[in-house]
Amino acid sequence: MLQQVEGSKAVAHAVAMCRPQVVCAYPISPQTHIIEAIGAKVKAGELTGCEYINADSEMAAMSGVIGASAVGARAYTATASQGLLFMMEAVYNAAGLGLPVVLTLANRALGAPINIWNDHSDAMSVRDAGWVQLFAESNQDAVDLHVLAFALAEELSVPVMVCMDGFVLTHAVERVDLPTQAQVDALLPAFVPRQVLDADAPLSIGAMVGPDAFTEVRYLMHARLLRALDVMPTLAASHAEVLDRPVGGLVRPYRTEDAEVVVVAMGSVLGTVKDAVDELRADGSKVGAVGITCYRPFPAAQLRSAIAGARRVVVLEKAFSTGVGGILSAEVAASAGATGAAVHSVIAGLGGRAIPGSTVRGILRDALAGTLAELTFADLKTELIEAEFTRMAAGRRSGPPAENLLRDLVAGERRRHG
Amino acid sequence: MEPAAGSAARPALSAPAPGSDLLRASGSSVQIRLHGRGGQGTVTAAELLSVAAFEEGLFAQAFPSFGSERMGAPVEAYCRLSRSPIRTREPVSRPDVLIIQDASLIEQVDLFSGLRDGAYVLVNTTEPLEDLGFPPLAALRRDHVLSVPATELAREYLGRPTPNSVLLGGFAAMTRLVSLGAVHHAIRHRFSGAVADANVAAAAAAFEHVTAEREGRVRAPAG
Repeated sequence: MLQQVEGSKAVAHAVAMCRPQVVCAYPISPQTHIIEAIGAKVKAGELTGCEYINADSEMAAMSGVIGASAVGARAYTATASQGLLFMMEAVYNAAGLGLPVVLTLANRALGAPINIWNDHSDAMSVRDAGWVQLFAESNQDAVDLHVLAFALAEELSVPVMVCMDGFVLTHAVERVDLPTQAQVDALLPAFVPRQVLDADAPLSIGAMVGPDAFTEVRYLMHARLLRALDVMPTLAASHAEVLDRPVGGLVRPYRTEDAEVVVVAMGSVLGTVKDAVDELRADGSKVGAVGITCYRPFPAAQLRSAIAGARRVVVLEKAFSTGVGGILSAEVAASAGATGAAVHSVIAGLGGRAIPGSTVRGILRDALAGTLAELTFADLKTELIEAEFTRMAAGRRSGPPAENLLRDLVAGERRRHG
Repeated sequence: MEPAAGSAARPALSAPAPGSDLLRASGSSVQIRLHGRGGQGTVTAAELLSVAAFEEGLFAQAFPSFGSERMGAPVEAYCRLSRSPIRTREPVSRPDVLIIQDASLIEQVDLFSGLRDGAYVLVNTTEPLEDLGFPPLAALRRDHVLSVPATELAREYLGRPTPNSVLLGGFAAMTRLVSLGAVHHAIRHRFSGAVADANVAAAAAAFEHVTAEREGRVRAPAG
């Protein structure tokens, strides 16, 4: 069913086709359109057998889906940015308890400074929580990954987070082939929980575990999550067959054959990256790209073979570890291991700054020429940084940096317009 | 992952239209930038345009500039049209077509930034184009710079000053990238009942206005 549709509405459709029994959410930009659309489907009677709970906070939303999942219901929620931080304790609990809930993360920057726009700092803040984390490249991808997410979650009894770039995807209207109910029913059998709170067979979930078994419970979590690396390709193949298009996967190489420089990235920027790769290839440059669809568990072996042969690997990432540098870059470097490739970290697209094709092409050319630094903040406005350093050096009470930079920006605009 | 170009399974474009050379000339995609103010439906206009293009069997991508959403504040939205899947996600910085929903934006916004040679510009205004003081327009072909009194038409047909779907009728007449029928379809996809009927009629009136202005400017070169 081809439709020209907003990303959020397309995802709401996909979630509804998965027949969730409980949706419990709290609105936050840029996730709001998704849960509004699901709520409307429940109210209109289009999505039956589903309890929609408008939670009073993100903490309540995640706690609600944990409770629902524990009694054997297929449960879903969605959030972004500060909303994810607010539900953080329960995010860890969902994974620790092994409850197969699905969450859409409409990726948005973490504050302060407060910022409603897209980057991946929210997703990176939960990379160690024990969730499967999938990244969507397009809205078609986002739709297909949600169906896959429920199947993967319930097969492994782990929670799955589908990351889609806030605004860039959630608010983009584009062509999407929406799955039919029959297709999704064929891919998603009824939820059979491994553990369930049942009054007729009473048990408890969530025991306190001391030093005698904590390591082992955690080890089992690790083993369960790693199984996604085996299960994902099998599931992806069956989904691709029913939906008649490529679906999911762990990593996606693009024109990497004989590539000297390979860009590794996640999410919607891959579209811009692929266009840049095509343009440089047309000029005879040997460049390629690898998209990471499954970030957790990390597909180290698959990534290693995808970048094998490259002289340089450029990791383009929309988040960084303050005081360290690239997060994904460090993991790619660890995976690259014996391939001998130099790994470069490029931080771009923070807080919604657009990543133009010209920037990506420039990075690729620098990498080809061997002039790309180990760590680069793309399109950094160095004059703003220098002005703040000058203020800090001039006196103790230099004031709040965010406000100082905004004032400089306005002054700069005025100078340009005379 | 984009669907393959071959999976379009939609009717081909109707008869070759004057503006369809844009689809060839621009290489990968036709890039459209819409400038308006919060409350004018700029984002909806981009979305409807993409739906109209989808009806014509094209690939289309529409998205807003994600600024703060305040009534009256400058808003940008973007739309790309192509015969093949669109992958890039960057904002439109080199537009082939500009739609200006409010001519007074010239005082706040660099409306013509990155405008390509041979670009089309549609302005919502009742003033003669030559009186608007848009210097970059002198470099463009006379039949590529057109106006439509979209706010007035919206008031007349809809009873409220929302120029967005009216301008899409004008866009169809100016570029012939989509047919008026496809614009009507997109409007009915979004609105229903009397509101849809009024928007359809207003878009048709804008289509006629711009078609007449275009023909006038082709026949009477600048003097």
